[in-house]
Amino acid sequence: MKIVCRCEDITYEEILEAIRSGYTDIESLKRKLNFGMGPCRGRICIPIIVKILARELGKNVEEVGYPSERPPIIPLPLGILATGENREEKS
Amino acid sequence: MVIIGGGISGLSIAYNLAKLGLDDIVVVEKKYLGGGSTGKCGTGIRQQFTTKEHIMLMKESVKLWEKLDEELGHDVGYRQTGYLWLIRDEEELSVFKENVNIQNKYGVPSRIISVEDALEIVPYLNPEVFIAAAFCHKDGKASPFKTVNAYYEAGRRLRVEYYTYTEVKGIVVENGRIHKVITSKGDIETNKVVNAAGAGARKIGEMVGIDMPVENYRHHIMVTEPFQEFVKPMVIRGKLYFTQTERGGIIGGIDMPEKPDQPLRARLDFLEVFAANLVKVMPILKNVNILRQWAGYYVMTKDNHPILGETEKLEGFYIAAGFSGHGFMMGPIVGKLIAELIVYGKPSVPIDALKLERFERGELIYERAVIG
Repeated sequence: MKIVCRCEDITYEEILEAIRSGYTDIESLKRKLNFGMGPCRGRICIPIIVKILARELGKNVEEVGYPSERPPIIPLPLGILATGENREEKS
Repeated sequence: MVIIGGGISGLSIAYNLAKLGLDDIVVVEKKYLGGGSTGKCGTGIRQQFTTKEHIMLMKESVKLWEKLDEELGHDVGYRQTGYLWLIRDEEELSVFKENVNIQNKYGVPSRIISVEDALEIVPYLNPEVFIAAAFCHKDGKASPFKTVNAYYEAGRRLRVEYYTYTEVKGIVVENGRIHKVITSKGDIETNKVVNAAGAGARKIGEMVGIDMPVENYRHHIMVTEPFQEFVKPMVIRGKLYFTQTERGGIIGGIDMPEKPDQPLRARLDFLEVFAANLVKVMPILKNVNILRQWAGYYVMTKDNHPILGETEKLEGFYIAAGFSGHGFMMGPIVGKLIAELIVYGKPSVPIDALKLERFERGELIYERAVIG
């Protein structure tokens, strides 16, 4: 067993199985297995998985592409961002 | 039969049509399945609405959610953990009492509870920020990704075909009948089309000269790092909502002023307003890390109810759109009813009041409980 996504414990075998069962684009594959959604934000696993997918499909990495990026770049505590107090929503 | 839109509505309609024995069902999706509003949603499933139409639809939808794992042969992450609505003042309390009366009248077991009772259901809530709460234990949440995959795999077993990364470019109508759908990957001959295109629904309507009175409003949402679950229900206070996902992260949002049709870019000020409100309601979360934020569209109608059914303007043109932020939770029932309408000519729950034509006739039904 080889762990590819360390935040979510996704293995190489699970990735191959998902690709072979029809999750053949990077966005669907990501949502099938939930890789790249942990604290590392996909820095470790996504480049590896893009390569695995490209190899399985016989495509190059550019054709497979990367999943969409979501901010923030690094995890941030809620308390630090909580500066909107005086702008509390009024409904 | 062509279904435009591979979100939960389109996928559920396709699955239900195949289950009723229809052949040659094609789902056409511009991006990947669940790539629109479904995959970006807040995961909540509730019956605490304020109109008969919404309450009846959601009551039936919840019955389907309760057995959806079994029905589709795939985990959808459904959990009936309730919706806990924090009531801020006496004025809100009187509105919620009315809402609970309407919900109870139609068989939804919501009730007003005390601050102490609310703290039993969700610990660490700040008791200073609410005076009572409305709770319905039959509300809940599910995983949008798992649900999309469950419908996809179940539909595939029934020979539904899925064309992803395929854009609809036009719909050919001849002598008042739909003739074919033109896509970026070729033409599909059909005389029946379902417009379940979510934020693209207005554009699909334009292709056949039908004005879809919907506007796409951008809404913001975020998720934190995961931790042991103690926020089981969806918690709502004003326009703030949050809960914990199956994987343990807090998922939540708050309404931000937006103009229609803004691109799906994230706004930093959303995080500031959201975090301030969340930490006020649950101070213990102040050291929890936000992992990511994103935005998705609420496809709003003028009365916050979806447009469902066949239009009188074009034979064979069915609509399941304009869910006004509630498309995910309604997916199971919408799929069943639209499929019954197409196959039997009549759905098992009446949806006539939700037809497109209600807007011209001025027969609007107003929903006031829209959040996020």
